[in-house]
Amino acid sequence: MIAQAIMDGLIAGAMIGLGAIGITLTYSILRFANFAHGELLSWGAYIALALSDGLGYLSASLMLPVGPFSFGWSLPLAAILAVALTGTLALLADALLFGRLRAKGGTIIIMVMASFGAALTLRSLLEFLFSTKPAYYSKALQIALPLGGEMRATPDQLLTLGLAAVLVIAIHLLLTRSATGRSMRAVSENQQLAGIVGIDVRRIIRIVWLLGAGLACVAGIMAGLVVQIRPHMGHDLLLPLFAAAILGGIGSVPGAMLAGLIVGLSEAIAVQVIGAEWRAAVAFVILVAVLLTRPQGLLGRAA
Amino acid sequence: MSVELVSYGAFFLTIALTYAIMCLGLNVQWGQTGLFNVGVAGFVAIGAYVSAILTTPATESHLGGYGMPIVIGWLGGALAAALISFLIGALTIRLRADYLAIATFGVAVVVQLCALNLEPVTGGPFGIGFIPRPFAGLAGSPLAFSLLNLGVLIAVVAAVYLSLERLVRSPWGRVLRAIREDETAAFALGKNAVRFRLQAFAIGGGVMGLAGAVHAHFIGFVAPDNYVPILTFQVWAMLIVGGSGNNRGAILGAVLVWGVWTASAAAISVLFPPEQQARAAALQIVMVGLALCAVLLLRPRGLLGEVRVVSRYLDPSARRFPAQEIATDARKP
Repeated sequence: MIAQAIMDGLIAGAMIGLGAIGITLTYSILRFANFAHGELLSWGAYIALALSDGLGYLSASLMLPVGPFSFGWSLPLAAILAVALTGTLALLADALLFGRLRAKGGTIIIMVMASFGAALTLRSLLEFLFSTKPAYYSKALQIALPLGGEMRATPDQLLTLGLAAVLVIAIHLLLTRSATGRSMRAVSENQQLAGIVGIDVRRIIRIVWLLGAGLACVAGIMAGLVVQIRPHMGHDLLLPLFAAAILGGIGSVPGAMLAGLIVGLSEAIAVQVIGAEWRAAVAFVILVAVLLTRPQGLLGRAA
Repeated sequence: MSVELVSYGAFFLTIALTYAIMCLGLNVQWGQTGLFNVGVAGFVAIGAYVSAILTTPATESHLGGYGMPIVIGWLGGALAAALISFLIGALTIRLRADYLAIATFGVAVVVQLCALNLEPVTGGPFGIGFIPRPFAGLAGSPLAFSLLNLGVLIAVVAAVYLSLERLVRSPWGRVLRAIREDETAAFALGKNAVRFRLQAFAIGGGVMGLAGAVHAHFIGFVAPDNYVPILTFQVWAMLIVGGSGNNRGAILGAVLVWGVWTASAAAISVLFPPEQQARAAALQIVMVGLALCAVLLLRPRGLLGEVRVVSRYLDPSARRFPAQEIATDARKP
C-alpha cells in the first residue's frame, strides 16, 4: 500500500511542482503572490480540451489512442497550442490589470488583491463556458502496469512524470546557463539596477508570465489527463502550490520541484494513514510548519 | 401586501447589516492596518459554528447543544475567531506581507474542511440547525418579528461602529495608520509594528466572528456551504466599493453591494430558464470580479474614501495655516 502511495504522491507532486515553479518565478520577479495562478492551470486544461476536441472533429484519426496512451495525437498538438494561448492569456491579464497597477505604483498587496479578483473572474468564466461538470480528454480506459514492488502506474502517469522531469531540467538550465536566465535572476535581485545595466525589464516580465503560464498549462493538462478537468481544479491546487513554492524557497526552481514532490508525497501518505477527506489540510500543515521553523524555505536564502 | 413588503425590506436590511459587520471587521484589518485577509469566510464560519454549538438546544448528533443565551454565543463566537486570528497573525505578520494572505487562504480551506469532516463537532455536511433566533416567540406576526430583528442588528452595527470609530480616533488608531503609511518612521518613534498589527488583526477577526455568529442566528442554521470563497469575495467587494479605511463606507458598501447582488440574483431567476441558472450565476460572479478590478484601477478610494484627519480636535481649515507658516519658516535661511 505504501509503495503505491509513493507512486501516486510522485505523480501528484510532479504536477504541483510544475505549478509551483510558475508561482515562485512570478513571486520572485514580479514580487507578489499571484492568487490567479491556479486559474492558469484550469484555463490551460480547458483550452487544450477545446482544441483537442476541435482537432478530433476535423480528423477523427487524430483521436485514436497513440501507442499505450489513452489519448490520440490531437492532445499533444492541442497542448502545444494551449501553452501558447495560456501564455497569451497571462500577458493579457498583465496588460489589462497587473501592468497598469505596477505603472500606477500600486503596492504589493494591491496586486495580490487584484489577482484575487482576477482569479474569481477567470474561474467563474470557466464555469459559465464549460459548466461545472467534470470533463475528460479521452474516454479510453487504461490498465495500470505493474512496475515491481507492488507499484502500479498507467502509461499516462509515467509519461507525466517523465515530462515533468524534462521540463524542470530545461527550466533550470535556462535560468542558470542562458543570458535570458541571468537577466531574470538580475531582475529578481534588483529591478532598478538591472534596468540601469541595460536589461529590458519589461521583456523579462513578459518572459516570466509566458514561462509561468506555460508550465501552469502543462500542469493543468497533466492533472486533466490523470484525474479530471473541472473549473475548480486550479483553485483546489492553489494551497498546495503556495505551500510548495514557500517550502522550496521563493525564487528557487529546483526547490519548487523538490517541495512539490514533498507536498504530493505527504498528501498521498496522509490519504493512506488518515483518510482522503483530510487531503486538503496537508498543504496547510506543511505551510504552517515551514513558516514556523524555516520561513526562507529549503533552498531559499534568508529574506 | 405592504406588510409583506415592509417585512421583506426589514429582512433584506437585516442580512445586509450582518455583512456590514463583516465589512467593519475587514476594515480594521485592511482599511486601517493594510493586512490582507483572503480567508474572511473562514473567520466568519468560526464565529458562526462556535455560537451555534453554544446556543442550540441539547442534542446527540454533534458536540454542544449547551442551550446558552444568544448573547453568550455571540461573544463566544467573536472570542474564538479573535483567538484564531491572533495565532495566524503571530505566525505570519513578522514575515513577508503576502504570507499572511496565503496563510489566511489556508485557514478558509481548513475551516471548510473541518466543518465538513469533523461530524461529531460540526454536524458534517448537514451542519447545525435549530439555532435560536432572537424574539422567536413573535414568529407568529412576521412584521413585528422582522422589525425587532432589524432593530437588534441596527443596535449591534451601531455598537461595533461606535467602538471602532473610537478606536480609530484614539492614539492606538493613529499608530496603526502611521505604521501602514511608513513603518520605518513609526518604528523610529518606538512603535512596535508587529505588536500593533497583531492586535488589529485579532480585533478585526473577532468582529468577523461576531458577524458570523449574528448571521447564523438570523438564518437559523449553519452548514459548510454557507462559508465558501465567494463570501470572502463579496465582503471584499463591499469594502472596496464603499471605501476602505472609512467605517461608514464599509456599511454603505455592504448595503449597496448586497442590494445589487440580490437584485441581479432575482433578475437571473426571472430571465433565465431553470437549467441555465447555475451558468448565469457564474456570470454574476464574473461581473462582480470585473467590477472589483475596475474599482482598484479607476477609483481605488471607493465611494467614501478614507477621511484624512490627524485629530478631530484640529479644525482642518485652521490647520492649514500653521502648517504653511512652518513650511515658509523652514525655507528661510
